[in-house]
Amino acid sequence: MSNMTDHGSLQNLEIVFTGLLGADGKPIGELPDFAGNPKKLIALYRAMVLTRKLDEQAVALQRTGRLGTYASSLGQEAVGVGVAAAMSDNDVFLPSFREQGAQLVRGVSVLEILRYWGGDEQGSCFGGPKQDFPVAIPVASQFSHAAGVALAMKLRNESRAAVVVGGDGSTSKGDFYEALNLAGVWQLPVVFIINNNQWAISVPRKEQTAAKTLAQKAIAVGIAGEQVDGNDVIAVRFVVERALERARTGQGPSLIEALTYRLSDHTTADDATRYRPDEEVSAQWGKEPISRLRTYLSDLGAWTRKDEETLLGDSTAQVDEAVTAYLATPPSEADEMFKYLFESLPPDLEHQRNQVANLSKEKTDARS
Amino acid sequence: MPEVDLLQSVNMALARAMKLNDSVVVLGEDVGVDGGVFRATNGLLEHFGPERVRDTPLSEAGITGLSVGLAAQGLRPVVEIQFMGFIYPAIDQMVNHASRLRNRTRGRLTCPMVLRAPFGGGIHAPEHHSESCEAMFAHIPGLRVVIPSSPKRAYGLLLAAIENPDPVVFLEPKRIYHVQKENVEDDGNALPLDRCFVLREGSDVTLITWGAMNVETLAAADQLAEDGVAAEVIDVATLAPLDTQTILSSVGKTGRCVIVHEAVRTGGFGGEIAARLAEEGLLSLLAPVRRVAGYDTVMPLPRLEHHYMPSVGRILTAAKEVLEYT
Repeated sequence: MSNMTDHGSLQNLEIVFTGLLGADGKPIGELPDFAGNPKKLIALYRAMVLTRKLDEQAVALQRTGRLGTYASSLGQEAVGVGVAAAMSDNDVFLPSFREQGAQLVRGVSVLEILRYWGGDEQGSCFGGPKQDFPVAIPVASQFSHAAGVALAMKLRNESRAAVVVGGDGSTSKGDFYEALNLAGVWQLPVVFIINNNQWAISVPRKEQTAAKTLAQKAIAVGIAGEQVDGNDVIAVRFVVERALERARTGQGPSLIEALTYRLSDHTTADDATRYRPDEEVSAQWGKEPISRLRTYLSDLGAWTRKDEETLLGDSTAQVDEAVTAYLATPPSEADEMFKYLFESLPPDLEHQRNQVANLSKEKTDARS
Repeated sequence: MPEVDLLQSVNMALARAMKLNDSVVVLGEDVGVDGGVFRATNGLLEHFGPERVRDTPLSEAGITGLSVGLAAQGLRPVVEIQFMGFIYPAIDQMVNHASRLRNRTRGRLTCPMVLRAPFGGGIHAPEHHSESCEAMFAHIPGLRVVIPSSPKRAYGLLLAAIENPDPVVFLEPKRIYHVQKENVEDDGNALPLDRCFVLREGSDVTLITWGAMNVETLAAADQLAEDGVAAEVIDVATLAPLDTQTILSSVGKTGRCVIVHEAVRTGGFGGEIAARLAEEGLLSLLAPVRRVAGYDTVMPLPRLEHHYMPSVGRILTAAKEVLEYT
């Protein structure tokens, strides 16, 4: 039984970190080809600014009682935008609940995002990316969905891939390991992204695991694992594109840990000052992703003060227009909650549906 | 027409579904080379190949979530969980995702998957192999819970479950995998879901049950007949969504009802049926509704198992009690 003892040599245990643009906006490595085209960088920049504007407005709406609990991605915009920019339209994206930046790039509208967080399932009936999953609220359960999506692609011999995102806390859960393990054993076309913002609500990264990196968890399941500067949108796009290329060409799945920092509270229902010193947050503002790319573009001469003013005006207008449309959208009919439970409503539920429809009608009649 | 037992009919239905629809894939632990620990997937690997009949790592939560992804992509995964005691890690995926994917995307994504598991006691299996937790699934909106109790119904209901555009939990009463043989035509015809089956007509008392307990319940009905009592026996078959009408019609006729299930009594699905009778059929009742169920105990290991399982005697006692009311 020699094969029982012949393990061969373990794979390389080194975890590579990729960072291309420093916090000061100066290149610290050779930039990838796409970065040679300022238009492509400007597209990334615009998407990050739009994301920040959406987050700003969404938090303001929540604070004034016009939106539900909301998870801002302040400071993490480069992760979502970089990931989605690396994807093709026919890939499938499976987001966790802080990936509105990626969703916007994928073609989910600001209005749809507001509708979802405003308490309307219709917001997950995307007009854009038809196969993308809705955001996953239960932490880590989305990873195995991505493995399933990827298996479907593999069974059909398609040249596309699934991309799934979870937070640093999600890597402590069994679901994370199970999904990576399935993807590894069947060499599925999937890229697992860990949006490591250093905090799982109040629990810091160092209390989440004794592992030095989250990326190294890939080694246990025999797949590729690496780290990237999650505040460097160029680096994020670059490493995700590379992983997607591997996935689409049968070279297996990857785990990418994007190192970033949550500058906001966990959600609007959270108060991070209870567990996190202000100095830590202030220091992290110096590394945030938007200003570093702006500095780089300005240094290139590809971005002017006027460009910036125009963009801020455009982004504000785009979000404001969606906010107006969102606030003007009436809630669905009360019996909508029965409409998509099954393909067709079983007779057993007709009575309940009629009851809610009639009660809702009585309320409407009483008001008019 | 082949004479097959319940297990063989499950196998026949799986093979037929895979022939009828290329989107059907079977996956689970030991379902491939080994043909499943009970052999429900025997021969499928040879016929349909490893891409459609997939041995998986030990990963109940993982393969159930994987099936959500497969189903959202338009495939029809049929995933096997080896024993009901191992199904709990899969519940998160069924509750939080499979059952609500259609609703939370307003129909954009759907989840036509089947989660199969053998359930119930009575085969002297090790600890954690004999539970009956169907009520946990029946409590989940958006899920169908289907339980066959004969070879014909296993064949027709499993085909229906696989054809169904929504997720189905398909629980196989393993104690009666080999108890009864029937001639089952392998014609690809599904039976209706969401419907109870009246297995025996009678006018004096309604006995309602599902799964392996149909055996004891029908035996009790036989004995009652010897005493001149005509018992109607209803196999619920689909617990959720429930065919209340068939139950109400029957109890409307008999005025007396005993509900029999192997699962623990408190919070068991019998309570839901009794509640519906109280809400919608109270005035036709001539006696209190009785439940004959497993006790509110941890499922005993084999040496005490037979004390736990509802018996023909317990069913007869309950039936006689409800028949005493005038």
